[in-house]
Amino acid sequence: MSLLKAVNIKVGYGETEILHGVSMEVNEREIVCVIGPNGAGKSTLMKAILGLLKPSQGEIIFDGDDITSLASEQRVRRGICYVPQSENIFPSLTVEENLEMGAFTSQDDYRVRMKEVYHIFPDLKETRKQKVRKLSGGQRQMVAIGRALMLNPKIILLDEPSAGLAPRLVKLIFDRIVLINHSGTAILMVEQNARQALGLSHKGYVLVMGRNRFEDSGQALLENEEVGRLYLGG
Amino acid sequence: MSLLSRLPQLVIYGIISGSIISLGAIGLSLTYGILNFSNFAHGDIMALGAFLALAFLLLLRGLGMSENIFYPLSFGLPMVISFLLAMAATAGIAIFIDRILYSRLRKTGPVTLLVAAVGVAFFLRNIIQFIWGPQPQYYIKEIQIAWKIPFLGIRIKPDEIFIIIVAALLVVFLHLFLQKTRMGKAMRASADNITLARVCGINTERVIMWTWGIGTALAAAGGILAGIENKFITPNFGWDMLLPIFAAVILGGVGSPYGALLGGMVIGLSGELSTLFISTAYKPAVAFIIMVVMLLIRPRGILGGK
Repeated sequence: MSLLKAVNIKVGYGETEILHGVSMEVNEREIVCVIGPNGAGKSTLMKAILGLLKPSQGEIIFDGDDITSLASEQRVRRGICYVPQSENIFPSLTVEENLEMGAFTSQDDYRVRMKEVYHIFPDLKETRKQKVRKLSGGQRQMVAIGRALMLNPKIILLDEPSAGLAPRLVKLIFDRIVLINHSGTAILMVEQNARQALGLSHKGYVLVMGRNRFEDSGQALLENEEVGRLYLGG
Repeated sequence: MSLLSRLPQLVIYGIISGSIISLGAIGLSLTYGILNFSNFAHGDIMALGAFLALAFLLLLRGLGMSENIFYPLSFGLPMVISFLLAMAATAGIAIFIDRILYSRLRKTGPVTLLVAAVGVAFFLRNIIQFIWGPQPQYYIKEIQIAWKIPFLGIRIKPDEIFIIIVAALLVVFLHLFLQKTRMGKAMRASADNITLARVCGINTERVIMWTWGIGTALAAAGGILAGIENKFITPNFGWDMLLPIFAAVILGGVGSPYGALLGGMVIGLSGELSTLFISTAYKPAVAFIIMVVMLLIRPRGILGGK
C-alpha cells in the first residue's frame, strides 16, 4: 500500500528551480533508494517531502492525505522523520538528551522508546551520558538516526547516512537500516554508496538534473547496463 | 599600600562587578545563540530593568508600604518586591518587542536585526530619559557602612554580599532550568541547531519567547544589582554596560550561558585588578583589549563549540 507519494514536484531555492517535476512513491515497509549524480536534486527532494522547502507545483501525499501545505512540525507528528546529511545532531547535548529531543512532540514516556533505540544501537547505551560533540563520526550518525526513530515514525528519510564513514561503519549502518526496516518502518534514502544501497533496497530511483531518469527494483537497477555505466561507476 | 595587600579587596570588587556583568552576558549569549544576532539593546534592557524597579519602588512607597529595612541591608521588602516585579515586567516588554519587531525580521538576516536592535536601544534609552531626565536616580539615599573582615583586610558592605548571593542563586536556577526541564533542554538544542530543532517538531517560536523572557529577566536583575551597588542609576548606564557584557560573551563563547558566566567573572576581575597597574580611568579599556585578543587567538571563546 502506498505510504508516501510525491507527484510532479517542482521546487528550488528562491529563483533557482532544482526539481523540474519529480515523482516517486514509497510503499509501506519498503526501502527506497534515490541515486544520481551530484546536483541531481536528491537532498532537495528530501527537504520538499519534509516541508523545509515549499514546492511551486506538485503534491505530496502521505498515508492518503495531501500534506503539501502542512508545516514541517505537523509532518513530523504524522510520522515522517528526517535525518539531514550534515548538522544532524545537537553537539552540546548528551546522547540521551539528543534522543529526548527526538521525542519532543510525543506525550508518551520517551524512555520506553529510548530502550528500543538502544537495542538497535547498543553503542549509544554505553555513551548515553556523553556529549555528542565528543563522539566518533559513526556514533554521531547512530545518534542522528536514533533521534529520528524516537517518534516511532512510519517513514524515515535518510540523507546520505553513510557519508564520510569508514567501510566497516558503512556496513554497520546499512545493517541497522535493514533492522529498522524489519521492525516496520519504511525508509527513503539518498546514497552515494549506490551499489550497496541499491542492494538492500526494494526500489530505486535515478534522478538526473532534477528529473526522473530511471525507476525499477533495486536489483534490476544494479543489473541495468546503462545505469551501471553512467551512475554506478562501471 | 603595597600591591599585594590591595589584592584581596580588588578580588572582592571584581567578583561583585563580575556578578553583574555575568547576569547581563548570560541573557545576551542565550539570544545570540538562538537568534544569531547581536542584540545591541541588551545593555539598555538592563537599564530598563533598573528603572522599572525604581518605578515599582516609588509606587509601593506611594501606596504607603513601610520601608522597614532588612538589617543589615540598606533596603526592605518594597525593594525586594520591586526587584521581582521589574524582572517580570522587563521580560514581558522584551517578548512584546520580539513579537512586534524582531519576529517580523527573522528571515532577513543578522544585519537587519542588528540595526533594529540599535533602534530599540535608542528608543529605550530615550524613553527612560524622557520620563526620568538625565540626572542620577536613587533607590536608597542612606550611606551604608562597610564591614571590615579581619585578617584579610577586606571591606565589604552587606548589600554587596546580597548582590553576590542573589547573582549566584539566579545562576543556579538557570542551570537547573537548562539541565532539568524540557523547555531548558529545547533551548540548548535550539542554540545548537535551530533547523534540526524544528525538524524534531520543537516549536521554536515558543523557545524563542522563553529565551527572551529568561535572558532579559536576568539582564534586569543585573541592572538592578548594579543600581544597588553604585547607589544610583542613569539612563546611559545600559550603554556603558554593553562593552563589558559583549566582551564577556565573546570571551566565554557565543551561545554558551556557562561561558558567559565565566567570561563575566574574568572581565569583572581583570577590570578591577588592572587598577593595580594602570589608572582606574582605563578600566573599560581592559574589557575591550581582552575581547580583541580573544577574537584574534580563539574567536569561538573558551567554552564555545561552534
